[in-house]
Amino acid sequence: MSTAHLIIEGVVKRFPDAAAAAVDGVTLEIGAGEFFALLGPSGCGKTTLLRMLAGFERPDRGRILIDGQDMAAVPPYARPTNMMFQSYALFPHMTVAENVAFGLKQDKRPRAEIAERVKAMLDLVKLAPLAGRKPGQLSGGEKQRVALARALVKEPKLLLLDEPLTALDRKLREETRFEIVRIQQRVGITFMLVTHDQEEAMSMASRIAVMERGKIAQVGPPADVYERPANRFVAGFLGAINLFAARVARSESGVVHLQSDEAGASLSVMHAKALTPGTAVTVAVRPEKLLLGSTANPAWPNALSGAVRGLAYRGEASDVEIELASGKLMRATIANADPQARAALALGQRIFLGWRREAGVVLES
Amino acid sequence: MSWRRYLVALPPYAWLALFFLVPFLIVLKISLADQAMGIPPYTPLLADGTLHASGANYQFLASDSLYARAYLNSIWFAASATLGCLLIGYPLAYAIVRAPSRWRNALLLLVILPFWTSFLIRVYAWIGLLKSNGFINNVLIDIGLVHTPLTLLNNSFSVYVGLIYSYLPYMVLPLYAALEKLDPALLEAAADLGCRPSRAFWRVTVPLSMPGIVAGALLVFIPMCGEFVIPDLLGGPSTLMIGHVLWDEFFTNRDWPLAAAVAVAMLVLLVLPMVFLRRYLTGEERA
Repeated sequence: MSTAHLIIEGVVKRFPDAAAAAVDGVTLEIGAGEFFALLGPSGCGKTTLLRMLAGFERPDRGRILIDGQDMAAVPPYARPTNMMFQSYALFPHMTVAENVAFGLKQDKRPRAEIAERVKAMLDLVKLAPLAGRKPGQLSGGEKQRVALARALVKEPKLLLLDEPLTALDRKLREETRFEIVRIQQRVGITFMLVTHDQEEAMSMASRIAVMERGKIAQVGPPADVYERPANRFVAGFLGAINLFAARVARSESGVVHLQSDEAGASLSVMHAKALTPGTAVTVAVRPEKLLLGSTANPAWPNALSGAVRGLAYRGEASDVEIELASGKLMRATIANADPQARAALALGQRIFLGWRREAGVVLES
Repeated sequence: MSWRRYLVALPPYAWLALFFLVPFLIVLKISLADQAMGIPPYTPLLADGTLHASGANYQFLASDSLYARAYLNSIWFAASATLGCLLIGYPLAYAIVRAPSRWRNALLLLVILPFWTSFLIRVYAWIGLLKSNGFINNVLIDIGLVHTPLTLLNNSFSVYVGLIYSYLPYMVLPLYAALEKLDPALLEAAADLGCRPSRAFWRVTVPLSMPGIVAGALLVFIPMCGEFVIPDLLGGPSTLMIGHVLWDEFFTNRDWPLAAAVAVAMLVLLVLPMVFLRRYLTGEERA
């Protein structure tokens, strides 16, 4: 059946002296031309998985296939993959152009072809004026683009990016995200991005896999994973979230009604699966989905009240910390587009909050 | 603020001026004088208010082919032994860098361990190993590989053994320092771009360890050129090196001015390639 471009099948990697497997049975299928992200905290095995794709590590078990070809016996220098290293790993004794040409020279391409392809690639990453410089004379952003050009110039079947933006400052990082996505769309090569930054993964990738302790916790398009996290780990890793311990009261036609002592209220959340009454679950709701008001709104299906304990202005939005009667602290985010909404809030003020049924998620684990 | 910095640099420069520059100038002065009977055994540079400097000693050096041969011999021995040190030292330094980190310090310690024993004693030990009834010949005869002892001592072979053995640590240490700085990710990047390990060694490892190669080569080549003890103890008639000529002129012939001229000529011969190499190295960095 599989027409997938990259198949990772039950891959396990265990390092000596380590108690747990670094990669513990990962299975993924990635299509040609996809921009796929492996997201997870440090030590979750994402980099080890990437290094196995490049051939720097060998899986203890499982298979890696690229276009149907098993990579087990293929050394790194013969794989149809290229990698962009976190440290960039540019050759310091070669110029920018020589760095980019290195891979083509290994393939013994004709000299004229190398020159042409290097030039085209340097144009693509807007580095043509710096072709004669050495890496030591470049800024962080320029080095990053050389590393990208060097990895792309061989037109690999799969481009591996190991934390490509981590070394850049925030502004450059945000601009570069768009640039890398644009380049990916232009060249049409399958990109596999490894990152610990959920914003980076969500903004660049068409699909992401969240990894936890060597295992895939959830795979899907960014919005799916963000809006409908599969468990508490994914919910918490992808951004701020409010979690309530709750008990199922009843399930009816796609809506679960719950009782939560932490929230001090009965809650209702859309959930496709019917749940047995009495089951202990977690209700999750993102801060930006909370509705705030100075009076109770009877239209809100989930209505709580509390006191404003903290206000943090963040520019495009503000964070509000609210203490419920149970002592539970909640976080709400309000857009700063409406300055009056923020001005109406004051520390210690009593506040009413709620959210729509489709805004919450029931986490069974 | 900056005068303090000069103050810090002053003692070492004063030391060098006092114990290197001044003696060199004295040697230079002696080289321009004539041999004389007496103490000191050379003519004064200034006598009766006139300067008595002559290049006669240098002319003599140039006219007698013995000196030219001794110089060339020294440079040839030193250059070949430097290459030998590099061929043995590079894999050694590479292996230490690649060894598990808990082993690395112990392995480095082993490299410098011979310094715990006097250099002279270690060279004498080689005589015991290499002589016709020495350890190596005895073993070779006992296992039946040879029937008559091999001539291993007092020839160029024994001089090479002594030179390479004695100077190897000075080659290994700078090579280790250079190779240790090499980011392993660079070799992974080379492999990732389609470069086989053997090729990556020549394209990445060797160019990036060049400062260590040059430093190590200079560190062993220069003292080897002037080496006296090793050719004197392990060498023979065919291994005349300039250090020995210098010794003979000075102590046997008591011709201080000619000995001084030999020393100055040697220094000039050594400084020129160094200046050239320095230019090469700084040029590398700037490019």
